[in-house]
Amino acid sequence: MALSKRQRAKVFRGVQYGIGLVVVLVLAVTADWAKIRATFFDVEVAKAMFPEVITVGLKNTVIYTALGFSVGLVVGLVLALMRLSSIRVYRWVAGAYIEFFRGLPALLIILAIGTGVPIAFPGTFFDKYTALAIALGIVASAYMAETFRAGIQAVPAGQVEAARSLGLSAGRTTTFVVVPQAFKIILPPLTNELIMLTKDSSLALFLGSTVLEYELTQFGRVALNQYRSLTPVVVAGFCYLIITIPLGYLSRYLERSTGGKKISTPESPTVEAKA
Amino acid sequence: MTEATSDVDVAIEITGLTKSFGPLEVLRGIDLTVNRGEVVCVIGPSGSGKSTLLRCVNMLEEPNGGTVVVDGVELTDPDVDIDAARRRIGMVFQSFNLFANLNVLNNLMFAQRKVLRRDRDEAQKVALANLERVGLAEKANAMPHQLSGGQQQRVAIARALSMNPDVMLFDEPTSALDPELVGDVLNVMRKLALEGMTMLVVTHEMLFAREVADKVLFMDAGMVVEEGPPAQVIGDPQHERTRSFLSRVLNPISDRE
Repeated sequence: MALSKRQRAKVFRGVQYGIGLVVVLVLAVTADWAKIRATFFDVEVAKAMFPEVITVGLKNTVIYTALGFSVGLVVGLVLALMRLSSIRVYRWVAGAYIEFFRGLPALLIILAIGTGVPIAFPGTFFDKYTALAIALGIVASAYMAETFRAGIQAVPAGQVEAARSLGLSAGRTTTFVVVPQAFKIILPPLTNELIMLTKDSSLALFLGSTVLEYELTQFGRVALNQYRSLTPVVVAGFCYLIITIPLGYLSRYLERSTGGKKISTPESPTVEAKA
Repeated sequence: MTEATSDVDVAIEITGLTKSFGPLEVLRGIDLTVNRGEVVCVIGPSGSGKSTLLRCVNMLEEPNGGTVVVDGVELTDPDVDIDAARRRIGMVFQSFNLFANLNVLNNLMFAQRKVLRRDRDEAQKVALANLERVGLAEKANAMPHQLSGGQQQRVAIARALSMNPDVMLFDEPTSALDPELVGDVLNVMRKLALEGMTMLVVTHEMLFAREVADKVLFMDAGMVVEEGPPAQVIGDPQHERTRSFLSRVLNPISDRE
């Protein structure tokens, strides 16, 4: 056994590939392809879903997500600034909001807003778009607040000091110096949250809706019952990927085009001790 | 700001300034006067409080006691409009602090537009003139991270100058630079001094202080130990603490006691 380290690694990798190949072959041979095709990839069923799966399902998924995300952005930013405020009550309120709503399943919040509020306050009624804008907005804001806070704190204090020294007020420094720089830092986690929210929008199916208000998942589920085939689920899944995969690319593109460069500070300057 | 002319000669007047960080007393009663057109250099060991003193002049640190008067406006007055007062006070940092997301020209135009409300053409004219002044007109479209430390610091000086300040504060402007880049920055500062700018400079550059300063302060442990013309404080120090500090700075590798 006079194998060198490199040779051993080679043999080991060969064995890995071999096992992988065997597993794939076994699955491929033993699977009932005819049944799989009939159940999951029934072309006739898939065809029957178009164009409504796009014009209704995909459209509504995008609308619900966009509404929730927009509300989440605004509320999340306010919460993050409150969290970083020098006023204790603001910090406390924002902290409580974040801890509370971050810890609840999105479904509970959607049900609470969509069905709970109209029961608790007779006379109030949210149409589906409003209910989801609020509910998904609450879910998104709790997560985004923490993302924003981290991003804002990642902007070096020197940037703020420079702006203040030039005569900018604290508020304008935040708006014109801190937020634009924090934005670049938080773009990747923000994209993640948008993708998660896209999937969370599927929980809308727990609220009553008219045919025109179906989003992808509900559209798929109704089609599933109608055609007695799992093909609609596969089609809906594809539609989600059509949204989420480009988002990842967009995020990476934006990161590059906004000059995803390090903030320039000299290598660990020996800042005079505050003493 | 019009009443500023009542005390024509005095640009910065600091009296009895104290500052503590928690239990740590960093400044223990500093008095300092900078006349208009004067260059005052503050030297001293690290931890002596000299940077804190400078940061108290534009209220980046809030003093615990004493008064700071710049251009006849008392900045330690709680009712003062500090943002308005800071427009007249240029600040240059050890770590440059150029806005990382803006190119050089926009770094210089940003506060002119937002604070002084200059229109685009005028702001750009002022910016380019000041870039010319620090010898970096050709870098107008560069991003900060594309510049060397020395160039960044000169841009930072031009940025402060673009606000037409009455006084300039320098907080160890060359301490973060590679040795071969220090000269360019000091040359810009020397030129500025010759043009009559009022400057308060915290520095370790003894040769610069000796050549350019009208007055040198030696600080240690939060107090001014010695002050006077550079020939006296640096050339012929009276206090033991000043002497031992200078000998350590001027002969860094010689045997120490």
